[in-house]
Amino acid sequence: MLTARTLENKLSSLYKGGKIVGGVYLGTGQEALSASLGASLIKGRDCFSPLIRDQAGRTAFGEDMLDATRTHLGSARGPMRGRDGNIHRGRPHQGMPAMISHLGTAVSVISGMLIAKRMKGELDGIVGATSIGDGATSTGSFHEGLNMAAVENLPLVVVIADNQFAYSTPRNRQFACESLLERAVGYGVGGVEVDGTDLKATLAGMQQAVTSARQGFGPQLVVARLLRLCGHGEHDDASYVPQELRDSLMGRDCLEVGASQIIEDGLATAEDIEIWRKEAVEEVQEAVATAQRERGPDPYEEDWRATSVEGMQ
Amino acid sequence: MSVTYIDAIHQAQLELLREDKTVFLYGQDIGDFGGAFKATKGFKEEFGPRVLDAPISEDAMIGMAVGAAINGMRPIVEMQFADFSSVAFNQLVNQAGTHYYRTGIPIPITVRMPCGGTPGSGPFHSQMVESIYAHYPGLVVVTPATVSDAYQLLKESVQLDDPVIFCEHKFLYRWLKSASIKGDGLPLGKARLTRAGKHATVVTYSAMVHEAVRAADRLAEEGWEIEVVDLRSVKPLDIDTVLASVARTGRLLALGEGFPWGGVTAEVVSRVVAEGFHLLDAPPLRLNAKDTPIPYHPDLWAAHRPTPESIVEKLRELLNL
Repeated sequence: MLTARTLENKLSSLYKGGKIVGGVYLGTGQEALSASLGASLIKGRDCFSPLIRDQAGRTAFGEDMLDATRTHLGSARGPMRGRDGNIHRGRPHQGMPAMISHLGTAVSVISGMLIAKRMKGELDGIVGATSIGDGATSTGSFHEGLNMAAVENLPLVVVIADNQFAYSTPRNRQFACESLLERAVGYGVGGVEVDGTDLKATLAGMQQAVTSARQGFGPQLVVARLLRLCGHGEHDDASYVPQELRDSLMGRDCLEVGASQIIEDGLATAEDIEIWRKEAVEEVQEAVATAQRERGPDPYEEDWRATSVEGMQ
Repeated sequence: MSVTYIDAIHQAQLELLREDKTVFLYGQDIGDFGGAFKATKGFKEEFGPRVLDAPISEDAMIGMAVGAAINGMRPIVEMQFADFSSVAFNQLVNQAGTHYYRTGIPIPITVRMPCGGTPGSGPFHSQMVESIYAHYPGLVVVTPATVSDAYQLLKESVQLDDPVIFCEHKFLYRWLKSASIKGDGLPLGKARLTRAGKHATVVTYSAMVHEAVRAADRLAEEGWEIEVVDLRSVKPLDIDTVLASVARTGRLLALGEGFPWGGVTAEVVSRVVAEGFHLLDAPPLRLNAKDTPIPYHPDLWAAHRPTPESIVEKLRELLNL
């Protein structure tokens, strides 16, 4: 969480300083949820398709920070080699597909990854997971994907960050149900609702869902109530978020809540956290500096081929 | 003993399933029911979990296939009708089509698209989809016209590491028969000279190959020798074979069953004009279906798509230019 926040703050500065082209999309305020998911999965076994506010989950799942800085800064050495940017990155063969911008589409992709494992007899004890926002639950792709996963009884965890706004559109313009957890019943899948600002509660709910999926109880929906503490992207000041919502419990910073919970439980001291913060800053500076030293892609060396087999274009 | 076009598709899938354990089938009603056109009849019994019935969720069907392909499988997805692939358009062009370029990881999926018109099928069970998918990078678009091509190109498509839109024409399913399933072995990516001639070239594909041959037969009675080129795949488009034919005849008619705005026939004409302008003795012409939805009534349907009569008429126009 701390590493992701530190990295994302730096990415925001780089964007505002004109060093990152395109866009920067942050997960500020959603780190507890995303990290809980990433930490509940096992890299090398499970599959995880992160969405746009999942830096914390990516880090917890084991993504190299250089993948993030290289992709944002357009290094040719990043996993996307300058062909795609920012959060549109992944390493599909390491269980992390690279998201496309069309929301909801990863639900069926992750399901397909699980079906492949099932056909190869490798599914036992495996979980696939993906994240989505409240707005993306309005897509047909989300519906088709989750329904199909339910029919196939796949070990899938779909995490919904109900962060109150899809870009600027409030949730009451996206759906008419009180809680998105109600949808779990309709799909015939398990579900749990958590306070996404509460690290301990979120982690407990997430582990319950991941364990249920891992034990063969089919798809699980995790619905987290929280507030996005940043704009949709760094170009957006989120002025549409009412002050009373920001001042409510939903508007509290999960990072601060998490820090006090860790200290209260005696897992770390405030000094420890301060050390972690400094370590995170150093790690981020190193990853940014490395990516900045590297060349971008060369249009003259680009093969401009969209198929792997030659002669198919 | 004769083999139909749909038999060829059935046989190709049967062999693929037997030869390669990473091949599986996904589609609506393809399990015990054997598919709307019986292209998967009997497979559920032999291959069990590798023949999966899908919910009516074309978007999820393609998304699932992409995910399975990432993890080493070679899915064949049956769209019940090519028309319904519009629901899966996003997953096809944005997920499957972009994947190799973005990540370096190829997506070996084959999407079987029962396309084209049959009498009485109406606006939503008759469409041609090759032009829209060929427009997008990253997709291979195959359009077999013969029994042996249906068999061989389907096998090649599934063995190819890239996503393939396999356009199989419904009109040919049971109407088209051949003595043998084996053809000349011409590989995917090569067009075929279906009929040799010297006065004009018709470049076409899929069911229109047969309509073009009928038109050529009629004009042969008057002494005109019409060359017919079957593209076999519209992407890749074998422009060399097309140009070689135009070099012989000097006249080009690009013929297709799709809608007239843009599309494969426009692409053929534009490439011939750009790369072989000096070969042309007359302006190249195009003939397509009409620019309306595909009508239901058999009489309207038959007049909506090119027919031997309308092709003859167009060829006369071309020969008189």
